[in-house]
Amino acid sequence: MNTLSPHLQRLEAEAIHILREVAAECAHPVMLYSIGKDSGVMVHLALKAFFPAKPPFPLLHVDTQWKFREMIEHRDALVAQHGLELLVHTNPEGIARGISPVASGSSVHTQVMKTDALKQALDHYGFDAAFGGARRDEEKSRAKERVFSFRAPGHVWDPRRQRPELWNLYNSRIRLGETLRVFPLSNWTEMDVWEYTRAEGIPVVPLYFAAPRPVVKREGQWIVRDDERLPLLAGEQPEMRRVRFRSLGCYPLSAAIDSDADTLDDIIEEMRVSRSSERAGRLIDSDEAASMEKKKREGYF
Amino acid sequence: MQALPDSPLASDAPKAGRGLLRFLTCGSVDDGKSTLIGRLLYDCGNLPDDQLAALERDSRKHGTTGEDLDLALLVDGLEAEREQGITIDVAYRYFSSPRRAFIVADTPGHEQYTRNMATGASNADAAVLLVDARKGLLVQTRRHAYLCSLLGLRHVVVAVNKIDLVADGESVFQQIEADIRAFTASLGFITLAAVPVSARFGDNISTPSSRLPWYTGPTLLGWLETLDITHDRDHSPLRFPVQYVNRPNVDFRGYAGTVSSGVVRAGDPVVVAGSGRQTVVTRIVTADGDLLEARAGQAVTLTLEDEIDIARGDVLSAPDTRPEVADQFAAHLLWMAEEELLPGRPYLMRLGTATVPVRVTSIRHKVDVNSLEHLAARTLHLNEVGFCNLSTPTPVAVDPYTEFPGTGAFILIDRQTNATVGAGMVSFALRRATNVHRQALTVDRVAREQLNAHPAKAIWFTGLSGSGKSTIANALEQRLHAQGIHTYLLDGDNVRHGLNRDLGFTDADRVENIRRVGEVAKLMTDAGLVVLCSFISPFRAERQMVRELFSAGEFVEVFVDTPIEECIQRDPKGLYARAQAGKLKNFTGIDSPYEAPEHPELRIDTQGRTPEQAADQLLGVLGL
Repeated sequence: MNTLSPHLQRLEAEAIHILREVAAECAHPVMLYSIGKDSGVMVHLALKAFFPAKPPFPLLHVDTQWKFREMIEHRDALVAQHGLELLVHTNPEGIARGISPVASGSSVHTQVMKTDALKQALDHYGFDAAFGGARRDEEKSRAKERVFSFRAPGHVWDPRRQRPELWNLYNSRIRLGETLRVFPLSNWTEMDVWEYTRAEGIPVVPLYFAAPRPVVKREGQWIVRDDERLPLLAGEQPEMRRVRFRSLGCYPLSAAIDSDADTLDDIIEEMRVSRSSERAGRLIDSDEAASMEKKKREGYF
Repeated sequence: MQALPDSPLASDAPKAGRGLLRFLTCGSVDDGKSTLIGRLLYDCGNLPDDQLAALERDSRKHGTTGEDLDLALLVDGLEAEREQGITIDVAYRYFSSPRRAFIVADTPGHEQYTRNMATGASNADAAVLLVDARKGLLVQTRRHAYLCSLLGLRHVVVAVNKIDLVADGESVFQQIEADIRAFTASLGFITLAAVPVSARFGDNISTPSSRLPWYTGPTLLGWLETLDITHDRDHSPLRFPVQYVNRPNVDFRGYAGTVSSGVVRAGDPVVVAGSGRQTVVTRIVTADGDLLEARAGQAVTLTLEDEIDIARGDVLSAPDTRPEVADQFAAHLLWMAEEELLPGRPYLMRLGTATVPVRVTSIRHKVDVNSLEHLAARTLHLNEVGFCNLSTPTPVAVDPYTEFPGTGAFILIDRQTNATVGAGMVSFALRRATNVHRQALTVDRVAREQLNAHPAKAIWFTGLSGSGKSTIANALEQRLHAQGIHTYLLDGDNVRHGLNRDLGFTDADRVENIRRVGEVAKLMTDAGLVVLCSFISPFRAERQMVRELFSAGEFVEVFVDTPIEECIQRDPKGLYARAQAGKLKNFTGIDSPYEAPEHPELRIDTQGRTPEQAADQLLGVLGL
């Protein structure tokens, strides 16, 4: 029985093809696992692509130490359920320097604990290809990203050196020091991800569902206070509100939205009428014009 | 005007029941492609508030439409492009209407971006071809229609844009439609529709325009929502390129891949195209349970009855409808690199899931993509299309692209840089490899080596002009000859007086020069000789090509490493002086590159060493 729409069937087959391509052609692939809904779909596709075998690559979680507790619980449950190999990396220099989103600001925190940490982990294990769950519909500079994105030594992304991609013939050939980032969900939209998650019964972090949570309002956005590490500003008093997340990043850099959607059906219905975009709650994107393009050049996923 | 095609899905289709349509937009630079896509996104309500707010900001900063929203800014992504106001890459956009989901490839119009357009077209089901109503058909329109056809697109909707800016819209539209039908008659389009639109103001994009009462056909979106792309890939013969061998334990061996055409059923007999070995499909395995059959586009894993040798790159087909297995074939080739194509140079070809070396042996003709004229050519430059003969060292399974896009399309990869340099579409196999058997000979090379009492070898001297290659080779040959070893010396200058007198010093001719010499050296080695080859041979790729003609240990690369300054000073033939004076073109080291070997068997530093000493050093290494 297959309840997927023809559209989702086509996207699923394409993603499975991409996953197998990398497994066949690359020496040391790894799958970046960020615990969010896109990562969840990607892991699910990997389980399908290599069935009855397990995916022939480990998962890598770059842990900034500022993930919501429920995210870490979800991660560990998933890995245990499917017997997957999980690598967790945290930038030790960032820890030593006391980098945190609260003390250092979003831009430094993201650079040190995400971008630098990711490069460290890729170099440390010698991975030549890393799967990411990024989608082209997320952000404008991603619309032109390749499925197989070529990175020069040092993980540098040069938009002018990307290879033309025709048909399903991906060029995975690289020299020593060069790497690939591969995006099996390139052609998926946010709605596709949710509809696929529902159709396939993929578990997601409960933070995506509305529930009463302690929040404070900062710059017009609801910030969930996950623990005592978020200092309250003068006059701030956390209040309980029914909120959920559309996109999960580092706490406190992801803002929640007011919502009553506490099932997948509700989430999908809410999205149909929604008038704001997915990454609007991701505070790092609006730093400056074309900020995602800039981050990508520096090696951000 | 053609009626809307009836789709069998029309009645029972729920939301998005028609699935996905991938289309590309093309047309010349100012025809308004980006605006059109922005308009489709806007009209379908696929733009969230914060993106609209960003659009208003951007419109004030970069916009070209005065006070209005500049919808083109929604799709021009990279900073460089936004500043220059052009689209330089392929951008993909996603939107859906209640009836269908769409992926749009937005591709640039200029001739220098032909490769980008081909990239977008390669994965598209249909094309929207924009024409500016004020300008009518341009050279670019013709080029884009040709490229759509070349890449196998069969459905084209012509959007006659800016119709609001012409006085007599109806007759202008009719004229453009008639012109397009005339010049696309031979391009094999199944659907060719035309719609008068204004992307900027939204006329006939998603809603019928009240300003154009003379047009009563469907809107552009109407066409895209109902276009029937259920082509007959399912009814074509089976092709299953094996992508990945899945072997978790000794009890399971599965062949994973995507069905590229036809249908495979459990119980079907299949053959491996290359080896001709036959077996039967036992199971079609997926994580959702075994299937009885799998159709084109499905990614599955097959298990087979017999344990036969099958690897990534093999193609499974039905026994009675096999692909051609050939080592020579003709194909259209679109060149995508700044560096020109070098016929004779080995590239890597990726076809289906196979990766094999390939050479372009000849260019039958080049196609002027604007006039469609056939022109003679010795090479292809960036964005040029040629009809070429290609040759592989071992046979591969190939199909005509028009019938089997999955096993008839290929890309070419540069072996040094790994860049994707070409895209090809197979027309036909030139000869079946199975018909040409190599003549087996009784007196073979081993027999000759035994008679000679020494092994055969090819010793390849590379280095700049004047580095001392020929002098050292000559000294070495004297020593070998004195030891009773059968030798022959192939020298660059001498060969150019005879065998290669028809070749000059362009990059393409240098490649062919080395290819021929390599083949001659191979024959002589086969004859049992120690062959000394003294050639500048400036490119790594060609030295690698020659090396691959020989088995391990047979080929010895000697890098005669003399600095250019020293060579200029020696200048035994006075060539550097002439080259520096500009009287000699394409001279290696002066205005043509020399790529030094990375891992030669031997590097000879000629400074402070006589040719005789160098020859002695070599003799010690050769083990003859």
